[in-house]
Amino acid sequence: MLHVAKASVRLGGRPLLHEVDLRLGAGELVALVGPNGAGKSTLLSLLAGDLAPDTGAVTLDGIDLAAWKHLELARRRAVLPQEHRLAFGFSAVDVVRMGRAPWARTPREGDDDTVVASAMARTEVLDLAERAFPTLSGGEKARVAFARVIAQETPLVLLDEPTAALDLRHQDQVLAEARRLAHHGEAVVAVVHDLSVAAAYADRICVLHRGRLVADGPPAEVLTAELVGEVYEHPVDVLHHRGRLVVVPQRLRAVPEPAEPVEPEEGSWSSVR
Amino acid sequence: MTAPAVTAEATLPRARATRATVLFAGLGVGLVVMTLVAAGRGQLAVPPDEVLGAVAHRLGLDLGPLPTHPQGEATLWSVRFPRVALAVLVGAALAAAGALMQGVFGNPLAEPGVVGVSTGAAFAAAVVIVFQIGLLGVWTVPVFAFVGGLVTTLAVYLLSRAGGRTEVVTLVLTGIAVNAVASAGLALMLFLADTQAREEIVFWQLGSLNGTRWAYAAAALPFVAVGLAGALLLARKLDVLALGDRAARHVGIHVERVRMTAIVLVAVLTAAAVSFAGIIGFVGLVVPHLVRMVIGPGHRLLVPASALGGALLLLCADLAARTAVAYADLPIGMLTALVGGPFFFWLLRRTRRSAGGWA
Repeated sequence: MLHVAKASVRLGGRPLLHEVDLRLGAGELVALVGPNGAGKSTLLSLLAGDLAPDTGAVTLDGIDLAAWKHLELARRRAVLPQEHRLAFGFSAVDVVRMGRAPWARTPREGDDDTVVASAMARTEVLDLAERAFPTLSGGEKARVAFARVIAQETPLVLLDEPTAALDLRHQDQVLAEARRLAHHGEAVVAVVHDLSVAAAYADRICVLHRGRLVADGPPAEVLTAELVGEVYEHPVDVLHHRGRLVVVPQRLRAVPEPAEPVEPEEGSWSSVR
Repeated sequence: MTAPAVTAEATLPRARATRATVLFAGLGVGLVVMTLVAAGRGQLAVPPDEVLGAVAHRLGLDLGPLPTHPQGEATLWSVRFPRVALAVLVGAALAAAGALMQGVFGNPLAEPGVVGVSTGAAFAAAVVIVFQIGLLGVWTVPVFAFVGGLVTTLAVYLLSRAGGRTEVVTLVLTGIAVNAVASAGLALMLFLADTQAREEIVFWQLGSLNGTRWAYAAAALPFVAVGLAGALLLARKLDVLALGDRAARHVGIHVERVRMTAIVLVAVLTAAAVSFAGIIGFVGLVVPHLVRMVIGPGHRLLVPASALGGALLLLCADLAARTAVAYADLPIGMLTALVGGPFFFWLLRRTRRSAGGWA
C-alpha cells in the first residue's frame, strides 16, 4: 500500500532521515520507536505527504504521494497530529465531524451521523460531545482528535504519539482501537514511546536511530536488550511476563541513600523513606 | 480490559437549533422594523406605518396609510430609502468580511483592515480628490477606491507568498508594511491638498452615508451579493481551517486555495463597502464576535447571521449619525469606533480571564 524507497530528508544541511526503506501493508499495526530526535515525526510527515523526500520516493498505491490530490489523499489516509490546537470554540462533536470533510457531497456523507457517533463511543468521548474543545483536558483533546481520525474512515491511519497525554486505561483503549482498525484491514502506523506498550500491540516495530531505520520486524525479534540499549544509549532489561515482553530501563542514577538520617527541611522535596 | 460494547446506534446529542432560529428571527424582524423606523426619522418625520404604506402602494398593494406630509413620499424614495439600502448593504458586507477574515486567520482579532483594503482605498480616493480627477464623474472616487482596495490586498497577498505557501504571521506582517506605505501616500496627499480637498479627504475617511443615491446602492449590490454567496460556499471549509493548516490539509482541504479565495472575497466585500461609505471600522470585528457568543463558531450560520447583524448595526448607527444632532450628519465611522473600541477592550479582558489571553 505505502512504500518508502531510499528516502532521505535534510534540513539546513543536517540529515534528518537517511535512506529509509519501509513497506506498509493492509491489516498491520506498525509501531515507530526511537529516542528523541531520531526522526520519527519526520518519517511520519513523509508518510502523510506533508513533506517530500529530498532523494528517494514515497508512493501510495504505486503513485507518488506528491501527485495525489488533497481530497483523494484525505480519503485514503488520516493523520493524528501530536498537538491538538483549535482556533475557535467548536464543540467536541463538531471537531469529530470535521473528520468527515473528505466525504462531503459523496454517497458516504449519509453515514456521517452513524460514523461520528460510533467513533466517539469507541473512544469514550460521547459524554464530552457538547463541551467546547479548547476547554477539554490534554487527554480528552487527544481522544476527541483520535475519534476525528477514526471518523475519517481511511485505509491508512497515521498516529503521532497517540498515547502521550493519556492515562494507562485510555492508552490501552486507544491502542486496542488501533489494533481493531488493523484487524479490519487498515494499515496503522503509530509513533510510540513506551516500548512495552509497542511490544504489546504492534505487529511490527520499526526502530529509528539518528535518521536511519536500524531494525524492522516483530517485537520479539527487534526488542533485544542489546539493540535497545545501544539505540537509547541506556541499559535495559527485557523481561517476559505472562507471555508478554516488557522493557525496563535500568536505573543508573538511583536516589543516593543519605549516609545518616537527615531531618528534611520544612517545605523541601527531600524523599523520606 | 473488556472493550466497551460498541453500537452503531450510539446517539449524538441533538444540535441546538433553537438558539440559531431565535437569533435569525430576531435579526430579521429587527432589520425590517428598523428599516421602517429609520426611513421615517429625520428632519421630515414620517411615522413607520406610513413608511410601510408607501412601500406597499409602490408594490401595488392597497395597504396602510400613505405619508400625510406633501413631500413625504418624495423624501422617502429619493433620500431615505437609498441611504437605508446602502447602510444595509455596507453593514452586511463589512460584518461578513470580518467573519471570513477571522476564519481564515484562525484568529478572532483579525479585521479586513489587516490586508490593507481600507488604507489602499483611502489612498486611491485621496489621489482622486487632490488631483481633481474627473474621468468618471461622481463615480470617480468610488471606482478608484474600489480598485485601490483590491490592488493593495493583492499586493499584500503576493508579497507574503513564498514557495507557493502563505504563512499567516507573514501575511499579517506584510499587511503592516504595505499599510504603512499606503498611509505614507495618504499623508503625502493630505500635504499636497488645498484646504478644501483636505477637508474632503478627512471626511471621506471618517465614513458617511450622506448623499447616497439609488445608483450607489445598485452598484454595491452585485459585489456584496457575490461576496456573500462566495462566503457561504466557503463556510464548511473555513470550519475545518480551525484545525490549523496541517490538519486541515489532512482532511482534504486545499488550504492555499481556500485562503486565496477568502482573501479575494474579503477584498471585494470590503472594497465595495468602503468605496461608497468611506472607512467604517469595528463592524467587521465586533459583529462576528457577538454572533459567535450566541450560536457558536460554525461558519455556515456565522456568516449569514453576521451579515444580518452587521446590516442591523449599521442601520442603527446611521440613524444615530443623522438624527443625534439636529441639522448635522455625524461621521458614522466615528460612532462605530466610539462603541467598538471599548467593546474590543472588554473582549480582550474577557478572553484573558477565560483563556489566559492570546499568546
